[in-house]
Formats: sequence, C-alpha cells, structure tokens
Amino acid sequence: MGTTASQLRKDLLSEYQELTFLTKQEIILAHKRFSELLSKEDRNLPTPRVPMEKVLSLPELKSNPFRKRICHVFSTSDMKDGSLTFEDFLDLLSAFSDSATLEIKSHYAFRIFDFDDDGTLDGGDLEKLVNCLTGETDDTRLTTEEMRQLISNILEESDIDKDGTVNLSEFQHVISRSPDFVSSFKIVL
Amino acid sequence: MYFQRNFRWQEIPLHLYPVLYFFFVFTADEEDTVIDSDGRQERAKDKERKKERDRKRRRNVARRASSARKEGKELEDRPEREERRGRKKRDKEGKGKGKGGEDERQEEVKNDTVAKIQKNFSNENTRKLEQKEMEVVGEEDGDTEGKRKNGRSKKDEKKEDKEKHESSEEEEDEEEKEGEEKPDVLSPEELEKLKEEVDERKKLISTLRGKPWPMRKKLLTLRESHEFVEKYEGALGKGKSRKLTVICYRDFENFKTACVPWEMKIKEIESHFGSSVASYFIFLRWMYGINMILFGLTFGLVMVPEALMGRPYGSMPRKTVPRADEANAMDFAVLWDFGGYAQYSVLFYGYYNSQRAIGWLKFRMPLSYFLVGVGTVAYSYMVVIRTMARNANEDGGGDNNSFNFSWKMFTSWDYLIGNPETADNKFASITTSFKEAILEEQESRKDDNIHLTRFLRVLANFLVLCCLAGSGYLIYFVVRRSQKFALEGLESHSWWERNEVNMVMSLLGMFCPMLFDVISALENYHPRIALQWQLGRIFALFLGNLYTFIIALMDEINLKREEEEVLKLNMTIWEASLYNGTLGANSTAPPITVHPADIPRGPCWETMVGQEFVRLIVSDTMTTYITLLIGDFLRAVLVRFLNYCWCWDLEAGFPSYSEFDVSGNVLGLIFNQGMIWMGAFYAPCLPALNVLRLHVSMYLQCWAVMCCNVPQERVFKASGSNNFYMAMLLVILFLSTLPAIYTIVTIPPSFDCGPFSGKSRMFDVIQETLESDFPAWFGKVFSYASNPGLVLPFLLLMVLAIYYLQSTSKSYKQANLELKKKLQTQNEENKKKTKMAAQKAAMDLEEAQNARSESPRQQRNNNASQQSYRGEKNTVAFI
Repeated sequence: MGTTASQLRKDLLSEYQELTFLTKQEIILAHKRFSELLSKEDRNLPTPRVPMEKVLSLPELKSNPFRKRICHVFSTSDMKDGSLTFEDFLDLLSAFSDSATLEIKSHYAFRIFDFDDDGTLDGGDLEKLVNCLTGETDDTRLTTEEMRQLISNILEESDIDKDGTVNLSEFQHVISRSPDFVSSFKIVL
Repeated sequence: MYFQRNFRWQEIPLHLYPVLYFFFVFTADEEDTVIDSDGRQERAKDKERKKERDRKRRRNVARRASSARKEGKELEDRPEREERRGRKKRDKEGKGKGKGGEDERQEEVKNDTVAKIQKNFSNENTRKLEQKEMEVVGEEDGDTEGKRKNGRSKKDEKKEDKEKHESSEEEEDEEEKEGEEKPDVLSPEELEKLKEEVDERKKLISTLRGKPWPMRKKLLTLRESHEFVEKYEGALGKGKSRKLTVICYRDFENFKTACVPWEMKIKEIESHFGSSVASYFIFLRWMYGINMILFGLTFGLVMVPEALMGRPYGSMPRKTVPRADEANAMDFAVLWDFGGYAQYSVLFYGYYNSQRAIGWLKFRMPLSYFLVGVGTVAYSYMVVIRTMARNANEDGGGDNNSFNFSWKMFTSWDYLIGNPETADNKFASITTSFKEAILEEQESRKDDNIHLTRFLRVLANFLVLCCLAGSGYLIYFVVRRSQKFALEGLESHSWWERNEVNMVMSLLGMFCPMLFDVISALENYHPRIALQWQLGRIFALFLGNLYTFIIALMDEINLKREEEEVLKLNMTIWEASLYNGTLGANSTAPPITVHPADIPRGPCWETMVGQEFVRLIVSDTMTTYITLLIGDFLRAVLVRFLNYCWCWDLEAGFPSYSEFDVSGNVLGLIFNQGMIWMGAFYAPCLPALNVLRLHVSMYLQCWAVMCCNVPQERVFKASGSNNFYMAMLLVILFLSTLPAIYTIVTIPPSFDCGPFSGKSRMFDVIQETLESDFPAWFGKVFSYASNPGLVLPFLLLMVLAIYYLQSTSKSYKQANLELKKKLQTQNEENKKKTKMAAQKAAMDLEEAQNARSESPRQQRNNNASQQSYRGEKNTVAFI
C-alpha cells in the first residue's frame, strides 16, 4: 500500500472486497489489527511485512498447532520466512472466513497439511499432522505402533489411486463429504 | 551421460518419477537402435569420446546448476536452446554428407539425445507443474489457455518460480493480445469473439475471489480484466448499470453483516470455548430473530391496532376490572401473577372486542387476530423446515462412515479455538478419539460380561421410566390441587400453594436431568451415544410434563365452560331482574346505565390459558436465571475464594467450576419456544416476553460463560448435531401447535370476551369476511374449492407427488452409488494398466541391459548403468 498505515485507500478497499470473502468492516478491522502488529519504522515502507513471530502472537493463532504452517502457506515472502504483507494477511482471513467456499478452504487446508511442500500428503506429512493434533506433551502422544496403524488406516480410506500418498483431489474428495470441515476451518478476527 | 542423469535425479521431485520412467524407457530404446546400426569398433571410439564429453558436460551442468540457483533458470537454458537449434540445423546438413560424415553425425546424434533429454526433462517438469497448477487453478478462461500454447517455448525456461513468472508473463501476453485487437473496424466474427471474451472476463472477475492465488496476482488480474471489460464494453454498447448494481449489492451485504447483533460476543466465546458452545449462542440468536418477527407480527397487527383504535379501557365489561377485584388490581403480587389490570389489557385474548371493523381505518380486528395466529404457526414451520433443508444440503450427502479416520485427522481441529486451555482439552480429546478409533478398528469389541451390561441397561431404562411417570403424576396432581385452590379463592393460600404448578415444573426440569445423568452411568455407553440417550430422555421428560400440563388445563377449560353455562343462565335472570326493577319504577325512564365493572361476566377460559402460559414462561425464566446465578456464579465464587482456606484443592477436586451444558441449554430453549407457540394465540404478549427473555439471556449467559465456566473436557462438534436440534424443534413445533389448533377448532369461544365472542367457532371469522367483504362470486368459488369432493382429490394428488419425489430421490441415490462404484473400479483398472505397462517396460529394459552387458566393451559403463537401473527400479516401485 502506498498510503499511510492507518488509512486504506478507497479504491483498494473496494478491490479487496471484490477479491476476498470479507466484508468492508472485516477488511478495515483486519487493517487495524495488521497495523498494530507493524513496528514504527516498518510503517513507512511501501509494502511492510510483519515477521512470523509477531503474526503468531495474535490471540487467534496463538493456540493453533498449525500456526507456523499457516504463515508459511500464505506468505509470499521470497525468503520463505513466513512473514506476511497486508495482502497475504487478507488472503489468510479470506480463506478462513465464514463465507469462503469449500474448494478454497480445502485447497489451503491441503497446503497447510503438506508439511514438506511437495504437493502430496505422504506418510511423513501425516505423521507430522498427527503429532500436531495430539499436542506436544508426552501423555497425549501416540505410540509408534498406534501411529503406524492410524496412518495405514487413513491411507486405506482416502488414497484412492493407491500410490501411497494423498493428493489434492483425493483430499478434496474426502473433505467435501465431511460435515464439520467448513464450520471448523474458520478464523475470525 | 548416465552420470548426468544421476545428477538430475536428485533435483526432480518424487511425483515426477513415473513420467521420467517412461522417458527413460524411450531414450534407452533409441540409444540401443543407434548402437545396433553402428559397427562395434566405432562404438568403442564413440564411447571414449562421449565419456570425455560427458565429463565436460557434467562440469558444465554443475556450473550451470549453481548459477541457476543464483540467477534463475532463464539465463541458463536460453543459450542451450540456441545451441540445440544450431545443432539440429547442422544435423540436417550432415545428412547430405553421406557415409564419410557418419562418425560426426553419430556424435551429433548423441549430442542431440543429450539435448533432448534435457529438453524433455524440462518439458516434463513444466508440464507436470502446469498440470498441477491447472488442477489448482481450475479452469482458467479460454484465452489464457490459448496463450499457453503460444508461450509453450517460453515455458521451457520456467521452473522453480513458475507461478509468479507465469502470472506476470501471461499478463504481459494478454496485454499484447489486447494491443493487437484494437478495434478499428470490426467484422461480425471479431465482434462475436470480443463479446465472448468480455463475458469470459466478467466471469473471471466474479470467480476471482474463489481462486487460491496470492493477492498480488489476483489484484493484477482484476485490474487488467476490469480495464479490458470497460474498454470493450463501451464499444459493444453495454451500459455500466451492472457495475452499479454490483456496488449496491455489496453495500447491502455489508449493511446486512453490520446488522447481525452480538457478533463480537459470540466470536469471543468461540475463541475461548470452541465452536460447540458458540453454536448454542448462534442458535439463541437465531431464536431471537424468529421471535422478533413473531413479535412484530402480533405487536403490529394485533396489539397496537387494538390499543389505538379499539374501544378504550373501561368502555365495556371485558375491558374493565370487575368490581370485586378493583381494590387490589394494582397490587404488585396480583400484577406479577398477570391478574388485575394486566389481565384486562391488550396482553390477553379476553380484552379484544368482537367488533368487526375498528377505527377510521376500518381495521378488521377479529380477522387480523385469527390470521396472525395462523401466520405465526405457518411462518415458524416455514423457517424451521427451510433451515433444516439448508443444513441437510450443507451436510453434502453425509457419506456415513467411509472416511472415519480421515475426517478425524483432517477436520477435527477447530481453528476458532484461541484459548490455550481449550486447546489442551482439544488435544486430549483428539488423542482419545484417535485411540478409541484404533481400538475399535483392531477388535470389534468383545464384551466379556454382556449379560450384566444388558441387565444394567434395562434397569437404567426402567428407572428412567419410573422417573418420567413420577414427574407426570406429580404435575397432574399439582395442577388438580391448584384448581381446587383456585375455586376456594387464592387469598387463603400461601405463596407456595399459589405458584406450586410452575415451581414444580421448573424444579422437575432442573433435577430430573441430573438424575438421568446419574442413571446413565449404569449403562456404560460410548459418550456420544450416552449423550443422545440423555437428550432423548430429557426431551421425553419435558414433553411429558408439558402434555400433562395441557391435559390438566383441558380439564380446567371444561370446568370453566360448565361454569360459563351456569353463568349465562344467571345473566338472563340478572338482566331480567334489572329490567323488571326499573320497569316498575318508571316506564319511560332512559335505559339504565350500569357501570361495566358491575356487570357479571363469564370466566373466559382463553384468558385463563394465556395467563397460565405466561406464568409458566416467567417462572421458567426466573428458574433459569437463578440456577445460572447460584449454580454457576456462586459456585465459581465459592470455589475461587474458599480455595485459599480449604483442606483440598477445590478448583481441581470435587466442586470445581461448572462446564457449559450445551445440550441442556439448547433443549431448554427449544421447550421454551414450544410453550410460546402453544400459548401465543391466547396471550399475544408471549412473543414480546420471549424476546425480552432471550435478550437478557444472551447477555447474562455470555457473561456467565466467560466469567465462571471452564471449557468442556470433551469438546463436541456442534455442526453434526445441528439438524438434530432442528428436528427436535420441528417435533416440538408440531406437538405444541397440535393442542392450540385443537382448542381453536373444537371448543367454542367464550360468549363475552375475545375477538370471536358470539361466534360458534373461532374460524367462523373467515366465513364472515368472505360473505361480507368479498364479492359474491368469490365466496362461491371458495365454497366450491372447500368442497370435500375437491379437497380430497387434491390431498391425494399431494400424497402421490410426495411419493413420486421420494422414489425419484431414492433412485438418484442409487444411481449415485453406482456411479461411485464405477469410478472406483475404473480407477483401479487404470492403475493396474499403468502398472502392467510399467512392468513390461521394465522387462524390456532389463533385456536390453542384459544384451548390452554381454559385450565386454561395455563393462566400464556397467557401474553407471546399474545406478540408473536402480533408479528406474525405484520408479517402478513408485508406480
């Protein structure tokens, strides 16, 4: 944004409205929250970036086990450091908004779960995913035997072409039938 | 060359292996044919030369790879491509030179193969990436597709930063094309094409938000498309009206979202407690909305017209407090019971006058009253059923349990959770659900003591039935007793005796669920099933209580009607005596005016029913609030502060803080609504009261949840049970409108109160309106239409239509299933085919390798070829 950090240009605002699933109020709120995250010296930059650590300190993301992945997926930074511009931030909120379509939600969910960014969910990705879901403490962790069983079950169910990995279309196939996904894949500021 | 292959190996992502494999098979064959056609000695020389060249190339490649990492691929591949082209040219020239040039040509061929390999690699790579992107992006508009073909040669240069590059370059391409298409003179075909393109752009604009691109790309595309559309739409003679409507629509949407109340409050709760607790508040808000509309209907069409235009208070008996009650009609205790002045006001049925049209608007009051009563019910049905249908659609057909594990894995995290404590609970619950699922999968649970469990379950159900029967009897008993008290006069009884019915009902509603909870511990069900049982039992309890209450009320109605009959007789005697008394004194005296408060009147059972419901609602609300304050707030305060001086840890130990009971609260809400629907016809104030109650509830419960509840240990998903609650609401709606409609249709209205007084049935008001307000032919048509001869066939037709729709939906479902099966088998077959092909190719390759290894001159290459062979084996495994 070429404008000052506290103000959003009107034409940009309307364009953002057209390009995201957010309403005007939500975009303004997002801008406010984003500006709060920016440090003083960054505000004068043409496209200020908020480092990942600061984004993670948002209460909405603080307890999310996938917070780092979310930042990485939505970041357009060349350094791959997970830092977000305001537009990336809007992308994030749009994908997680109430009115986003199942397609876009499942697409981003897939990219979030694809820990090594290779375009498929393989055993390693699934294992990391399970570890994220069961938390960091030892008493909630699954044993290796349970983990193996779980992953093989999952692959059995959703790996339709039996190539040992879950690809995007398989993932979307599974997700689209889930009753809870759209209602729980939400982050609201 | 092999080394080079191996070098490339590591760079290529795993999923490209299958593609590469075919490529290898292909090139290997080609090489072999080359070998066969040449003499062996030449080949030896060739090999040496080739090896040297390979070494060079390897160095080259390594250098290039490092430079590519620094500068990007474009710089790298361009000179090579140039070189390749040059080589091809020379190749062609070489053909003319004949046998003498054979050796050189051979080299060139080899060289060419290398180049081809590289080219193919990059080609495959890009194609794969493209495919991936295509999958991701979905259908792009047609002209970019075309551009893709144009830019194919360019594509070779793009690898790592594909998306970014492509987007920008494509935009450039598009811009170029735009420049070309400047409309100077347009032929009809061009015009048509342009129109299509504009339409495509428009479609792109409207679907842009659903594309998973980074914002910068979306912005660029949007601006560019907007420009394009604006530029050519004018030329095509279309106005800008559409843009305006889009803006208007968007503003309206913004306005609509701004109007949704309590969004922030609910969001805060969502982040603390997850979506299940929040779903209660969303449900509460939805209820509030419905009640607002019901309130608007009754308030705007019934209460306000009567208050403004109807006869004022005190003008007739039904609008006046009787003389006997006048002394304490304003007492708070009486008003709290909705007696006294409250009873003789617009709040209740009895106050309304049966005058056909009131005020200067000639407002048809009785008709309006009747239609609002019917409209309330109809609107409620419509809303509930529509919501249910929408929820069912969102379920997406619910593919039962085929993805049990995957759903647990991919959709169990609730991204709304922002509270660390809730997150911890969620972690724990997810882990247990995983473990449970694994256990269930491993062994279809063998119950070692099935008889004991069965016995316990039967016992539990028996106990619950006893509870239900007991509570039903208690309510019946209490209502009968209260009738006896009412006959004796309320003044002689204590507060408890006067409010017994409501208190008993509220207390039962409070304690029985706890009892059920204790009993359900006997059954040893899976928690989810246990929850359903619990909900079903509470539902049965509430329903039983409500219906006992209604049956008791019916008894009372019958009593009142008997009373009314007696009174009607007395009235005539009273009037006659009045008439006779005055007649004796002066025959020409003006008609005597008796103050309306002194005129004897009937008991007006409708008002009585309304009062009962209003009292019930009020006491129910009070109990809810008080339990909230005592059960949650006081408990939290005690636990918090007594914990400093107590012998065990109160916060972690026995009393601890309470959890928010979502299902119980939702059930309470549903039953409350049921009572509103039941009583709204006889007490128009009920929706207003309910709006008030829900409003206060919202704030009070939000506050209570945030300050004194802890997140649930078992975090249940909300959406799954959404339609469950809706179905309950529908059942309640049906069951609560049933008695209301029954009374309206079968019991004649009181003779001296309410809008339908003087008619034999309440719905006669329709008949009356038809006769007097509509032209004669309309009445005729209506009477024909309501003829059983016409109604019955119509009903039959509807039933048939329902049957037809049901059977078609069933057949669709069947077809769906079959298609799914077909898809699966086809998928498997395809996989088998590719696998077979791959195996065959591997066999061929092996044979070729064997044939080659026979010759001793190829020994030095063996190492390399084996390496590549191993790599190929890998690919086979991957396939």
